[in-house]
Amino acid sequence: MASATINPTRMELTRLKGRLKTAVRGHKLLKDKRDELMKQFLEIVRKNRELRAKVEKGLERANAAFTVASALMSPEMLEQSLMYPKQSVELDMKFKNIMSVNVPVYEFHTRNEDPTEIYPYGFAQTSGELDTALEALSQVFQDMLELAEVEKTMQLLAEDIEKTRRRVNALEYVMIPDFQQKIRYISMKLDENERGNITRLMKVKEMVLQDAHNFKPPAS
Amino acid sequence: MYKIAVLGDRDSVLGFKALGLDTFFVESADEARHTLHQLARDTYAIIYITEQLAADIPADVARYKTSVTPAVILIPGKTGSLGLGAQALQSAVERAVGADIG
Repeated sequence: MASATINPTRMELTRLKGRLKTAVRGHKLLKDKRDELMKQFLEIVRKNRELRAKVEKGLERANAAFTVASALMSPEMLEQSLMYPKQSVELDMKFKNIMSVNVPVYEFHTRNEDPTEIYPYGFAQTSGELDTALEALSQVFQDMLELAEVEKTMQLLAEDIEKTRRRVNALEYVMIPDFQQKIRYISMKLDENERGNITRLMKVKEMVLQDAHNFKPPAS
Repeated sequence: MYKIAVLGDRDSVLGFKALGLDTFFVESADEARHTLHQLARDTYAIIYITEQLAADIPADVARYKTSVTPAVILIPGKTGSLGLGAQALQSAVERAVGADIG
C-alpha cells in the first residue's frame, strides 16, 4: 500500500508489530462489545415493539372516547373542564450504563397519589365520555413513560452499534491487513539485505583466500 | 427535575393536560418546529409529538435521536396511527444491524 513511504528498518518493524498487536486486541474487544450491544439491542427492540403497539392501542381508545366527548360538549366547555389539572407530574432522570452507552432511566412522581383523582372538573356539566377518555389516558400513561425510556435507549444503542460496527470493520478490513502487509514488506526487505550481505562476504572471502595462497575454489 | 411535554393539535393533546403534562397546541409545521426546538432547550426530558405533526418535520425530529435529552417520542394523534413510530423503529434496526432483519 503505502510501501513507498516506510523505512525498511528493524525499528520500524518492531513498531509496526506492536501496532498490529494493539489493533488485533482492539478488534477483538470491539467485536465483543458489538456482539453484546447487539444482543441487548434486539431485546430492547422487541420490548419497544410490544410497548408501542400497546400505547398506540391505548391512545386510540382514549382518542375515540375523547372525540365523542368533544362532540357532546362545546369546545369552550371542554377546554374549561381541563384547564386546571389537579394532577402534576415530575420526572427524575437517572442514567444506566449499557456497555458504556449511557441510557436514561425515568422515574416519575405524581403530586396526587390517588389514581381516581385525575378528573379536574365537576361531574355535573361534563359528559361521561370525558371520564372514560381520561381514565384510558391515565392507564396508558405508565406505558407511555416506559415507551419513552425504551425508545430513547433503542435510539442511543442503535447509534453506538453503528459506530462500533464501523470501527470493527475498519480494523478488520483496513488497519490490520495494512499492518500485515507493511510488516511483510519490511521483513522481506531485511531478509533480502541479509542475503546480499552474505553473498558479498562469501565473495570477499574467496578473493582474500585467492590473494593469500593462490587458492582455487572447487569447480565453478 | 425534568418535565414532560406533549406537542400536537388541540384535540389530540387536550386530554394530557388533565394528567399534569405540559401541553402545547400547534397547528402549522413552522410553529411545531419552533416549539420543538424551544422545548428541547428547556428542561423537558420527554417530548411526545403526534405523528401527524412529526410527518411534516422529519428532519427536526431526527435531530434529537442521538442526544440523551430530550427523548422525542411519536404518538398517534386523534386520527389514528400513521405507522411512523413503527417505521422509525425499523429504520433504527436497519441502521444498527446494517441489514433489514424484519
